[in-house]
Amino acid sequence: MTKKMKLAQLTDMLQDLNVEALEGVTIEGDIELDISGGGGLNPELAYAIGNEISHMSLHMANIGRILGFPAEQLLASAFGMGEMPEMDPALARPTELMSSKFDVSKIENWRNKIQEVTIGATAADGGSRKSTVTIGGENALPYYFDAEMPHKNHYTMDVFDMPIGMAKAVKGNYEDVINDPAEWAKKVVREFNADMVTVHLISTDPLIHDTSAREAANVVEDVLQAVDVPIVIGGSGNPEKDPEVLEKAAEVSEGERVLLASASLNLDYERIAKAAIDYGHVVLSWTQLEINAQKELNRKLMKQCGVPRDSIVMDPTTAALGYGLDYAYTNMERIRLAGLMGDDELTFPMSSGTTNAWGAREAWMVKSPLNQDSDWGPREYRGPIWEIITGLSLSLAGNDMFMMMHPTSVQVMKEITGTLYGSIEADEIDIQNWIGAEV
Amino acid sequence: MKINSPLEAYKYLPATNCGECGEQTCMAFAAHLIDRSLKLEDCKPILDEKFKKKYDELTGLLAPEIREVEIGVGDKIARVGGDDVLYRHKLTFFDQTAFAYDVWDTMEEADLVERVNKIQDFRKFYIGEFLQVDMIAVRSTSDDPAKFAAAVKKVAETTDLPLILCSFNPEVLKAGLEVTKDRNPLIYAANKDNWQQVADLVLKYDVPVTLFSPNDLDTLKSMAVTFAEMGTEKIILDPGTYPTGKQLKETFNNFIKIRRAGIDGDRDIAYPIMAVPLTAWMAHDDPVDASYWETVVTSVLTIRYGDIMILHSTEPYAMLPELHIRDTIYTDPRKPVAVDPAMYKVGDPTSDSPVLVTTNFALTYYTVESDLDSNKIDCFLWAIDTDGLGVEAAVAGGQLTGSMVKKAIEDSGFDMKKDTTHNTIVLPGLAARLQGDVEDETGANVLVGPADSGRIPGWMEKNWPPENK
Ligand code: SF4
Repeated sequence: MTKKMKLAQLTDMLQDLNVEALEGVTIEGDIELDISGGGGLNPELAYAIGNEISHMSLHMANIGRILGFPAEQLLASAFGMGEMPEMDPALARPTELMSSKFDVSKIENWRNKIQEVTIGATAADGGSRKSTVTIGGENALPYYFDAEMPHKNHYTMDVFDMPIGMAKAVKGNYEDVINDPAEWAKKVVREFNADMVTVHLISTDPLIHDTSAREAANVVEDVLQAVDVPIVIGGSGNPEKDPEVLEKAAEVSEGERVLLASASLNLDYERIAKAAIDYGHVVLSWTQLEINAQKELNRKLMKQCGVPRDSIVMDPTTAALGYGLDYAYTNMERIRLAGLMGDDELTFPMSSGTTNAWGAREAWMVKSPLNQDSDWGPREYRGPIWEIITGLSLSLAGNDMFMMMHPTSVQVMKEITGTLYGSIEADEIDIQNWIGAEV
Repeated sequence: MKINSPLEAYKYLPATNCGECGEQTCMAFAAHLIDRSLKLEDCKPILDEKFKKKYDELTGLLAPEIREVEIGVGDKIARVGGDDVLYRHKLTFFDQTAFAYDVWDTMEEADLVERVNKIQDFRKFYIGEFLQVDMIAVRSTSDDPAKFAAAVKKVAETTDLPLILCSFNPEVLKAGLEVTKDRNPLIYAANKDNWQQVADLVLKYDVPVTLFSPNDLDTLKSMAVTFAEMGTEKIILDPGTYPTGKQLKETFNNFIKIRRAGIDGDRDIAYPIMAVPLTAWMAHDDPVDASYWETVVTSVLTIRYGDIMILHSTEPYAMLPELHIRDTIYTDPRKPVAVDPAMYKVGDPTSDSPVLVTTNFALTYYTVESDLDSNKIDCFLWAIDTDGLGVEAAVAGGQLTGSMVKKAIEDSGFDMKKDTTHNTIVLPGLAARLQGDVEDETGANVLVGPADSGRIPGWMEKNWPPENK
């Protein structure tokens, strides 16, 4: 059947169409264009017809576009045009947002809680600390909405039992106390707001001063006298000497619930574990970037040595930003996820030796040793931020407590981890028009 | 991606085992598709017309959960998004976070050009390549279309880096687009007030668009659905980056929620996410405080799912850690940790050249090698098998000892007495405590080098050649 209609009618009809109306439209039959005038076309009429036809095809093309056909490409190629014809895209867009609700589920298989561990003991518990520090207890990755994080992150600052080489930016803060561990400890607590103090007994290393375990224990006693926060006791890292040094230190700090750093697979961890059990301390279980080694050591500490679950903290090793932090980060994240998902050999809070960040040349060198590099800028600002970003990334991987060195780093870390934890209030800032902000 | 075993991908391949893709079998190729180390287009036969249906279907199945959006053109094109996992150890993250640094249209022209050059020239050498930043974001602080167009034009003349055009005023955006329409810039941003006009622009110019809905994920998703319906999926989501306090905690969780929903299969929200750590400057007046805080926010949101960012501080103490944390997160965890333990030559060593010991931890090895190479020091560099640990860790953990060094010498076939005139080994400074041990075990002279290989040139001047040959 052939249906005859005027072009203008068709155009009008199409103009009335909108998206809603399209559903029921079918174009049936042929559309015959009956162009007749006798004796040739008069130019005015031809132009008028041309105009109608062109408009009509635009409308048609638009319908094609709404239906998902790339009509603009067809038109462009048909007329050899580089660009699509000026069409009002407003024709194709809704006038209101299509309302949609955002929804996301919580993670279901984070069912296992990380062990809570308390370091330090007050008089009520047989110690002499004024405060204690509790870490762990998480049911989710740090700061996630899935579950409230029960304890904030904690910061312990390093004190050494002898003067050591330090980056210039660090040293400036400690020159007045570098020969006196007790004063050094006081300074980090009073001036730099440390939650804990780590006393490193590095002079005990036979290759350094070979200080006796007894003498080293005196330093521990001095520090316990000087400050009333919980303390961490570190050896020299010498696997032969450390057990003896840490045993003696554990003995003189009986009841204070210190963190003994550390038990590892390459020394006699049984002696460290026994000292912790005998004198009521916590053991730092230290492995080197290897999740299976961490499981093994934790298992040995628990099963073989009988260390209670609430007395183990893990140190899976911290590598500096740019120097293996990717391994350290992922190792910790895997450990934490495995713990949350039910691996009871890994459900312990973690500690990071964030001070390692100062080993990165970017933290301490005056300038880049490579002449192809852009200027590295002033190192007094580079160092602390290197320590911050190293620690911060591990805080996101699940690390609970940080052993750190530079006061600015500790301050900024407390600010950002406290913010993510939710304990820091700040004036609300309106960012709606940030583009125009004067910065 | 919708499939996770090679078998599922294999079903769509030609199954001829022709080997054109460089793999022995179609099954081996399928495994590379699943771990995303090869692209479907590497199988030339499947591009044939007769496989078109299978090709299309498999392409759909292999598409990453999070859409990949391209910004810019040519060599410097930036791809953002494209992720398939929430944790890098599950596979790896793709398309490292694109860092854009801002300029604004009320800057003096000379300052503008200088800043753009500083941004595009910044480089840091790291394990064989340069870390660099990616984009320029031009902010309209004037709200004047003509001024904006002039600034955008100047930036486009100065750099090939991809551009982000920033204004909430559609007239201003249009003026910027007119001068950069061949550069595929990212439009920032459509919000709940201007989205219709911005939609008209991005559809007309066919460019990617950022949807901005600060701390309102329902509206953000509604906009994404609406834009997709209108015909574009070149979408980037900005849920707002609040710089401090509880607002920042919410921002952090918004990023996690959007990405989790996307990876879990909600296609309506599976787009790249933008962060704007620049807002740190709205909270801090002191420039060092602001730079520090911006770096901190950048790091948090690089780790938790930010795919593209607009930043302000061009201080090296901000840019260096930002570039490194991005590299940390985006480095493929499947790449080998260690180089083969062996005696390597750096430059053109002779029997008078020093023999330096390092570990076979890839990072340590390449750092030392590039320090030596860039300072033109010819030497033998000995990568000892420490199970891929760095020097300090290997000394502490007992993987680097005198007997290990001795064994490494024996295994390598290098003869200290015959192949050198000095019979001297240089230990890294961090292994200083092994000096005696190595001397006893090897019988060679042992010198202790600097703790950082960046100081080897200075050390060489003072200590090489050794006095007691
Ligand atoms: S090129 Fe394609 S068909 Fe040939 S072996 Fe590779 S996957 Fe199979």
